[in-house]
Amino acid sequence: MSVELKLRDRFERGLAAPICLTWELTYACNLACTHCLSSSGRRDPRELTTDEAVTLIDEIAAMQIFYINIGGGEPMMRSDFFTLVDYAVNKHVGVKFSTNGTRIDALAARRLAASDYLDIQVSIDGVDAATNDVVRGKGSYASARRAMDHLRDANFGPFKISVVMTRDNVGQLDDFESLASDYGAQLRLTRLRPSGRGVDVWDQLHPTRQQNRDLYQWLLARPHILTGDSFFHLSALGDPLEGLNLCGAGRVVCLIDPVGNVYACPFVIHDEFLAGNVRDAGFAAVWRDSELFRSLREPGSAGACASCGSFDACRGGCMAAKFFTGLELTDPDPECVFGHGETALEVKRLSIRPTSSPDHSRRTPVFLGSK
Amino acid sequence: MSTVPTQFDASAPWQLDAQVSLRDEEFGALAYHHGNRRLVFLKSRTLVDLVRGLEKYESATAALEHFSPARELHQYESALASLARSEVLSER
Repeated sequence: MSVELKLRDRFERGLAAPICLTWELTYACNLACTHCLSSSGRRDPRELTTDEAVTLIDEIAAMQIFYINIGGGEPMMRSDFFTLVDYAVNKHVGVKFSTNGTRIDALAARRLAASDYLDIQVSIDGVDAATNDVVRGKGSYASARRAMDHLRDANFGPFKISVVMTRDNVGQLDDFESLASDYGAQLRLTRLRPSGRGVDVWDQLHPTRQQNRDLYQWLLARPHILTGDSFFHLSALGDPLEGLNLCGAGRVVCLIDPVGNVYACPFVIHDEFLAGNVRDAGFAAVWRDSELFRSLREPGSAGACASCGSFDACRGGCMAAKFFTGLELTDPDPECVFGHGETALEVKRLSIRPTSSPDHSRRTPVFLGSK
Repeated sequence: MSTVPTQFDASAPWQLDAQVSLRDEEFGALAYHHGNRRLVFLKSRTLVDLVRGLEKYESATAALEHFSPARELHQYESALASLARSEVLSER
C-alpha cells in the first residue's frame, strides 16, 4: 500500500482515532531481553484493573479503533489475559498480540486458535538459539519454537514471527523467511530502537549502513513481508517501502502503557512524550486534546534535513531513535542512509543519553527453565 | 464463504461487506476488513456516501447515478471496482 503525498499530509495532521494503537497490558515479563522497549520485568502495582481495562476497551470500540496491538511485558502474564482478549473480540475490536511464547502450551494454543479476530506475533531475534538467546535470554529460542509448534498443531493458521533486526541477524534474513514458510507463518521485521533497555545495546546491535542497504533491497523485493512501517528511514535509498512511510507518533499511532499512561508511540516511553492518562478523562480526551499530540500534528520543521533531496522520502526518520541517542528531533535519524546521523552522533558522543522514565527491569538475572 | 469477483459488475446490487467497519475521517473514511485484515482509504466524502448508499439501490450503476457527479462517474465506478477487489464491497 503506497499512499500519495496528499493523504500522507492529512495523516500527519492527525486522525479522529489512531489506526495503530498499542496497549501494553503489563510490565511483568518472565524474560529480560536486552533491547526491551519498555524496560519490562516487574509488574507495576498501579496497572489497570480488569474493570478499568474493560472500560478502556468499551471506549476503544466506541472510537471505532479497528484493532489493538497488545504487548507488554509479556501480556499472557496477566491472569485476566483471555478475559480481556475475549471481551475485545466480542466488541468487534480485533486483537493482535505480541508474545515471547513461553505461556503458549497446547491448551492455550487451542484457545487462541478458536478466535477469528486474533493475530499472534511470536518474537525471536535469531534463527538459532545461539543468535537469539544472547538478546532474549537462555532457553528463549526453544520456548518460542515450542509455542510455534503448538500454534501449528492447533491449526491456528498464519501466525506471525516477529524479529527485531540486529547486526547479528540481518545475515539470516533468508533463513527467517524459510522458517516462517515452514510454519505457514508470516514474517514480520521491525527496527531495533534505542528505547527502554535498548539504549544500552543499540550501539553494538543496530545494523551497519551496509546491512541497512541490504535489508532495504531485500524488503523492496518482498512487499509481502510485514514491517509495521518500521523502516521508512530506509526509503531515502530509492523507491518507498510498503507502508505509510511517515512517523505516525500522536498522529496515527500511540501507546497506552500498563498504568494507563498515553505516550506518542511505543518507542518513546519517557515523560517528554507523555500525553496524559486514561484514568483522568478517558483515552479519547487524551487523543483529541492533549497538548503534546496537538503539537505533533502541527507542520514540523525539516531541521537539519531541509536541504536533503531525500527528505520527502524519509521525513527525517524516527523521533524515538533520535531522542534516545541524544540527538535533537530536528537532527537526521541516527541511521540516516547517507551517514548524516553518524556525523550528528559524533558531535553528541559524550553527552548522556535519556533513558525510559519508568524502568521495571528486574533487579536479579532471569533464567528460563530449571538450568 | 464469499467469492472474490475478478470483474466488477456495476449492473449487480452491491453492499458494504458485513465484515467491514467504516470510520469517518476528515478526508473521507477508513475501511477495515476484519477478515482479510486489510485497511483501505476512502479518499472523498462522496465515495463514503456512495459506499454507504449502495445497499439501497438495485445496482451499483443506480447508486453511482445518484451519488456521483456526472462527469466523475467513471472515476467513482473504478473506485468501487477497486473496493470490490479488496473485498470491502460484496455482491448481495
